[in-house]
Amino acid sequence: MPVITIDGVAYEVQQGQNLLESCLSLGLDLPYFCWHPAMGSIGACRQCALVQYQNAEDTRGRIVMGCMTPVTDGAIFSLAGDKARHFREAIVESLMLNHPHDCPVCAEGGECHLQDMTVMVGHRDRHYRGRKNTHRNQYLGPLINHEMNRCITCYRCTRYYRDYAGGTDLAAMAAHDHIYFGRHQEGVLQSEFAGNLVEVCPTGVFTDKTLVHDYTRKWDLQSAPSVCVGCGVGCNTLPGERYGRLKRVHNRFNADVNGYFLCDRGRFGAGFVNSENALSYPGLREADGRYRALDHHDALHRMAESCARGKLAGIGSPRTSVEANFLLRELVGSQNYAPGFSDAEQLLVNLALELQQQSPAVIPDISTIESADAVLVLGEDVTNTAPRIALALRQSVRNKAYELAADLKLETWQDAAIRNLAQDQRSPLFIAAVADTPLDEVALQRLSLAPDAIAALGRAVADSIRGNTPATLAAPLDTLARDIAAALGAAKRPLVISGTGCASAPVMCAAQAVANALVDSGKQAMLCLCVPEANSLGQAMLAGPQAPDLEQLGKRAASGELDTLVVLENDLYRRGSRARINALLEAFSQVIVLDGLDNDTTSAATLALPAASFAESEGTLVSLEGRAQRYFPVFQPRDERRPSWVWLLACMKELEQPQAHALHHFDDITRACAAQVPALAGITAAAPDLHYLNLGVKIPRQPPRYSGRTAMRANISVHEPKQREDEETALAFTMEGLNRNQPAALLPWVWSPGWNSNQSVQKFQTHPGGPLKGGTAGVRLLHPGAQHSNGPTQGQQPGPLNDADDSQNPQDGRWQLVPRQRIFGSDELSALSPAIAELAGPGYIEINAVDAAALGVTPGAGVHVGDGLATLEVRVNDTVAAGCAGFSIGLAGTDNLIPLAVVTLSRAEGWRPRPQIIARDRGTGPGGTHV
Amino acid sequence: MSDRNDAALIPALSAIELTEIDAEIAHVPYRSAVAIDALKIVQAHRGWVSDESLRAIARHLDMSADELDGVATFYNLIYRRPVGDRVILLCNSISCWIKGCEGLREQITGQLGVGLGETTADNRYTLLPVTCLGACDKAPVMMVGDELHENVEALSLQAIFGDSGGDK
Repeated sequence: MPVITIDGVAYEVQQGQNLLESCLSLGLDLPYFCWHPAMGSIGACRQCALVQYQNAEDTRGRIVMGCMTPVTDGAIFSLAGDKARHFREAIVESLMLNHPHDCPVCAEGGECHLQDMTVMVGHRDRHYRGRKNTHRNQYLGPLINHEMNRCITCYRCTRYYRDYAGGTDLAAMAAHDHIYFGRHQEGVLQSEFAGNLVEVCPTGVFTDKTLVHDYTRKWDLQSAPSVCVGCGVGCNTLPGERYGRLKRVHNRFNADVNGYFLCDRGRFGAGFVNSENALSYPGLREADGRYRALDHHDALHRMAESCARGKLAGIGSPRTSVEANFLLRELVGSQNYAPGFSDAEQLLVNLALELQQQSPAVIPDISTIESADAVLVLGEDVTNTAPRIALALRQSVRNKAYELAADLKLETWQDAAIRNLAQDQRSPLFIAAVADTPLDEVALQRLSLAPDAIAALGRAVADSIRGNTPATLAAPLDTLARDIAAALGAAKRPLVISGTGCASAPVMCAAQAVANALVDSGKQAMLCLCVPEANSLGQAMLAGPQAPDLEQLGKRAASGELDTLVVLENDLYRRGSRARINALLEAFSQVIVLDGLDNDTTSAATLALPAASFAESEGTLVSLEGRAQRYFPVFQPRDERRPSWVWLLACMKELEQPQAHALHHFDDITRACAAQVPALAGITAAAPDLHYLNLGVKIPRQPPRYSGRTAMRANISVHEPKQREDEETALAFTMEGLNRNQPAALLPWVWSPGWNSNQSVQKFQTHPGGPLKGGTAGVRLLHPGAQHSNGPTQGQQPGPLNDADDSQNPQDGRWQLVPRQRIFGSDELSALSPAIAELAGPGYIEINAVDAAALGVTPGAGVHVGDGLATLEVRVNDTVAAGCAGFSIGLAGTDNLIPLAVVTLSRAEGWRPRPQIIARDRGTGPGGTHV
Repeated sequence: MSDRNDAALIPALSAIELTEIDAEIAHVPYRSAVAIDALKIVQAHRGWVSDESLRAIARHLDMSADELDGVATFYNLIYRRPVGDRVILLCNSISCWIKGCEGLREQITGQLGVGLGETTADNRYTLLPVTCLGACDKAPVMMVGDELHENVEALSLQAIFGDSGGDK
């Protein structure tokens, strides 16, 4: 390792780093703006200046940029010397010439990297007396606020948005004093990852609009380590709370999972926690159909009474914790416990688990996905089902560029040079899907096929890799299969991605067959199967393949074998057609529903219990890579809301169920679950238990400068109550304690003296961009090849459980319904957040132009689907595979549509689209500021 | 982007403009490489580049409008707003400043009734500052349309814009 001298002290540094990285790794505070650990160096801002000396005799030295200077053995630098210090101060002064004095009204204030750097370089007195430039701001959609006057032209925004995330609608406009980062015209930013601009921008140009509308400074936010519940990826998040409201979600760094970035569903999709439809009190339905509010004692008593009397069944939920689901299963008995998927999805998720357990292929985390040098995506629209993985795939296609760079001995952080070198040369990415996907633009080849054809293509690729003659495929698919096989075979780390997104078991089996063939040919192949919800895989592990599905529970209830149903955090109307779910619920005389929000299922309850959201409770979720991760309550639930596990455990104790005797704390449930369910044996290691202490005290949820603890409730009493104790976790609702050196799973916020912004995360990392000092949060439960079987897994294809039609063969006037997953709208909870709801819009049917002509419809017309299943707007998209009709799964009006069902379509005469939601903050006029 | 050759989608470009742009495209490996030339071609035909033209060019070159607008707005001689028949580029860099370009600007403003960035009411002239015209030895200099005027004096302004004098 090279040894360099900084200010007369010799340091050993890592080979391959640049000088800025080395300085930060050594704990030396060197200011910077444009450099970002995930995006490398371009030397744009000139802030990270040091003086480099030729040799010991050189007394003058020359200014170099830390981020553009490789560390070489024997190099001599000065960081603290006057020359370097004055240069850095002058740079900040020049950046401040046009920067407004608006910190008190700026949403970034208090967590602003520009503030931190200005203080760090010691720039205090302004000499400039001229006018400052002013710009017009743009409306960028409901998620992001634009305030161009604050810009310091570091170019991080366009480098992130265009170069890293692949967006095309944000650019640097004009030149010198007039540089403007914005869009050609006002409008919603199109990238699914635009929200990261909020954290990437070192000052307040791009801020979180949902936070701006309901504002609290970072130092006043109470926060806890959490896990996103928006999809199956399991990104680590830091939700912030004040006054009992969830104010915002920031990224929580996890080197193996989300790194520095979240998707917009995750960042802006937690607004449902503050919903006016949140349940606050238990409700008992009276004879007249109205609900009577109960306090929690009464509610518990009623619940226990019903459970004691009745023949119990339970429906769990893939969107809530392992622990709550485990308790429900304990309460009702495993033979009466359905995991809460739709019947078709239950088969698919079980299959996803089985395929991964039985394949010898590596199950990659996201950082490993980024290392893939050839990728095949079968059937999955990753950007819309597991968005953060799509962002990783956009990095994986750059491995070609890094190979070219390695040939020229360019360091990987030389961002501009490597992009110039590679131009549009990319590692191969092949996508076969039912229609276009946002990743197509970086794919070497993409094509639209019906699900069965995708599976056939996958099997042909597998055959080709094994050197067998592939099953007959029509040209040009046979050539394509050979091309894909050749590209994957030529790669060092090939990756196959599929999942439940297109609802086809054969597609997932084909993906596994490709990965297995690659492993058998000696490759380090990877297999990634996406599942829809935050704990889908955990539910498959808990319930197992033998668990009853909704259909079976319904039948047994109808026969009188079961009569009391407990539904855990699950809107069943999203799990089957309205008629089926109505029949299911009517088969039970008592329906007890635990949920956080009012929905159709809670409205059907005889007893509804308010369940705390993810932000008010603790739990373990198992992500699609089989990583068990713990989330912690950010704040105490209000009124009579309780975490589901608290309701269920109290009910079991009331019933004096023996298995509840030993359960006192949340941790006891985790341990009991781990002990009873072999697949979940590892979950206790997801995070330290409640007894963990850091130098004798719990970890504080509030940062050291948390203010106004007395004032914030002065309307009730001026006496500050004792902070409530957290009796379930290792975190405390207080600012006393130490947020340092604890395991990564317990990191509630990032702050370090002098580093108020999110850039302070580097103080918690082993080196900038590297893993946290406290390790990596979460524990992996899946071990590839553990149950390696040589025979191909044959998944059971779920039948199209459609009331109207169960024919499998598309004929004239019939289309196969294929799900078109939407990042904004397909997921239940995030779609209930106002900002996301605005982007989702109403549901639609997507068909190609030939099919549209055959139907006699034009874009914007309406179609009837099946016999009264739905009437939706038609969109014409020529990439939709012939004979397929895409439908925006999860969006309004699509709840009766079952994936892969074959249905009739007919023109809806006189149909009119429903009025769209109007942006609440449009109309402030062009260029209006939205502060 | 397969729709780029669909004439119905690019009404903002004339056939002759398209022909000239395509001739440029034939010389380069990436369509977007002719961005500047395409902007210049359209400006040569229309005097300036409107939003509609810009979007049509972007579509034709497989670029996003945002990306192309970044290029167009970078160059001060690509006009994103309508200009007069002839553009006056008055140099204000150091040599011309020493030799009194400020006074020239005041005189042009007085004579034509337009400030910097403005177009005369009769649409004959637009007055713009420029950083250098590469003729510092003959400062102060300015361009009017395609003509370079060297060692400009108050009197010569009278001659250049004489017939516009008083036409405010």
